[in-house]
Amino acid sequence: MGSSFKAGVALVALVAASAAAAEQHEPALSGTLRIFSDMSNPAPRAVIEGLAREFDQMHDGLTVDLTVIDREAYKTQIRNFLSANPPDVANWYAGNRMAPYVDAGLFMDISDVWEGDLSDQLASTKAAMTMDGKQWGVPYTYYQWGVYYRADIYEENGIEPADDWDTFKSNCQTLLDAGVKCFTIGTKFLWTAAGWFDYINMRTNGYDFHMALTNGEVEWTDDRVRQTFANWRELIDMGAYIDDHTAYSWQEALPFMLNGDAAAYLMGNFAVAPMREGGLTDAQLGYNQFPAINPEVELAEDAPTDTFHIPSGATNPEAAKAFLRYVTSPEVQTRINQPDALGQLPVNSESSVADDKFLKAGFETLSSNSPGGIAQFFDRDAPAEMAKVAMEGFQRFMVRPDDLDMVLDQLEKARQRIYE
Amino acid sequence: MTTATLPQSRVRRSWWHRNQIAVTPWLFLAPGILFFAVYVILPIFQSVGISFTQWDGLGAPEPVGLANYRELWDDPAFYTSLRNNVIWLLLYLLAIPAGLFIALFLNQTVTGIRIYKSLFFFPFVISQVVVGLVFTWFYDPAFGLLNIMLGWIGLGPINVLGDPAYVTYGIILAGLWPQTAYCMILYLTGLNAVNPELIEAGRLDNAKGWRMLRHVVLPQLRPATFIAFVVTIIGALRSFDLISIMTNGGPFGESRVLSFYMFEVALSEYGFRMGYGAAIAVVLFLIMLCFIAYFLWSMWREEQGR
Repeated sequence: MGSSFKAGVALVALVAASAAAAEQHEPALSGTLRIFSDMSNPAPRAVIEGLAREFDQMHDGLTVDLTVIDREAYKTQIRNFLSANPPDVANWYAGNRMAPYVDAGLFMDISDVWEGDLSDQLASTKAAMTMDGKQWGVPYTYYQWGVYYRADIYEENGIEPADDWDTFKSNCQTLLDAGVKCFTIGTKFLWTAAGWFDYINMRTNGYDFHMALTNGEVEWTDDRVRQTFANWRELIDMGAYIDDHTAYSWQEALPFMLNGDAAAYLMGNFAVAPMREGGLTDAQLGYNQFPAINPEVELAEDAPTDTFHIPSGATNPEAAKAFLRYVTSPEVQTRINQPDALGQLPVNSESSVADDKFLKAGFETLSSNSPGGIAQFFDRDAPAEMAKVAMEGFQRFMVRPDDLDMVLDQLEKARQRIYE
Repeated sequence: MTTATLPQSRVRRSWWHRNQIAVTPWLFLAPGILFFAVYVILPIFQSVGISFTQWDGLGAPEPVGLANYRELWDDPAFYTSLRNNVIWLLLYLLAIPAGLFIALFLNQTVTGIRIYKSLFFFPFVISQVVVGLVFTWFYDPAFGLLNIMLGWIGLGPINVLGDPAYVTYGIILAGLWPQTAYCMILYLTGLNAVNPELIEAGRLDNAKGWRMLRHVVLPQLRPATFIAFVVTIIGALRSFDLISIMTNGGPFGESRVLSFYMFEVALSEYGFRMGYGAAIAVVLFLIMLCFIAYFLWSMWREEQGR
């Protein structure tokens, strides 16, 4: 009697344990999981290699085969390998940048991965992964944009970071009078100018208008767009930006800030690491949300999201889906977004943000100070072709503000062709 | 015995024998012709075909007739690229007189002349990417050598690569550096073949300096000049790497040439309009065809003349 009771308890426990195991692993994964990744910079590379190794060890029957491709080269190679030699998991970006592959049927619909808890945990980025009401991938990291400023220079000149447009401009005037440029920027590769457009447009006309514009629903010659450029022009006419910015990449524009020739930089959080390496202490460097321009519109932010997708030609989709669940789990999210790893924000709301001044501030901004919405970034929200034409227009406008009419006419012509 | 086998082998051997001379060159040419046809001729026709379609490289191409060409006609970026191509063609030719001048200057017997020659030839040996990077730093508005030197005489700073007015000239100058070295080496070899007796005869007739160069030396350098023209014009039309390295086509597309514009439209990060890119390629091909036809024609005429 006693022994059979024991056996019964043991059996129940065994069943429960195997049920728990089944819940975690579902059917045991087998075969090979091929991952193509663009995480080629040193820190991201260590992260993806660590993830691949760990996932391999977690599943006995499964071999993880990781290929890391240079981040820039990846952008053109993905077109070839998605159709010719599809892996099981591939990196890409959220928003409109995934549209060509979704439309061509090259990414798998993975709405089933999102069912249940995941949708709640990843609520902040779900919209960016959704097209035609389905989800086509999962995010694994994102980061805030904002005004990174030299706190020591601001203090010397007796100014505080601005929360409104007038203070923003008067601060700038104070700095210019002291012989310091307000902002450094390098527009050689165009996209940095798009950051400024995103923010000024979202602050002038709001998130919904900005999205409508990048979706091709609004004419570029619209008066509201002109208002955005008029606001931008106020800064340009003041001489707020460093000279000759067309000759620099974003990295080449950093020394102006490090040397104190310019006091602030509108950038993504990835600029913090090189600024720290360049000798700025956390006391010298501050982060501030881009100020309000039109008080009637809600604040909205840029937060570009990097993603994992399953190509529709994947041979091991079960393992791939398990990998996506694993990557987005709260624990892994907390770990890979630490400052010594990716140094960015976790996408899972149950993860904890690293103990870092800028990550904490960015998390605060994105989670509670961005009621209008979260945009990806101009070249991810707009189709690639439109982004190229528009960013060239932004650069031209920054150098020759008087060409605005010509620029807007060109953009409008491109819009009519691209979105037809 | 022998009479029985002879006719057979004579027949076999005689076919080969009769056609040997005609067939052998074709046999040797066959691999070249095959690869030239598959990798050069065929893609030309494919490009023309693609240029009549709209295609993102992923889905199925959609025929659109002449729409790509009509769009090119109204595209300001296309005219900017075309204009820059013309500037490249004209200014790149400066490499020829510059190369000739340096070759004449170096064509003397002084101790260590070989070292000087190698130094002048050096820029042609290093990669275009390196040339581009070196000149990018040279032009840099903040720390570039150019602006430091301009500062000594109270000028500048000039943002060469960031200013639409200077950018194309700045890149061409970088391109001229290796191209001049190339022309120089062509002329140096040419000068070796100049007949000393003709020089002597010219000297007896009291020809000196410019007249000697113009009427005695230059005519003998004609083959070198011809080759220098060919390589320089082709080099100007396919200028791509320097633009890609130094400006990426910027600022706002003002330093693009047709080949770079084609790349941007069809193959770059924001591109993937294969049809439109192919249309640009076809236009570039037609321009090149004019020169190629002229070169082939003058080479053919020369062969006839011999």
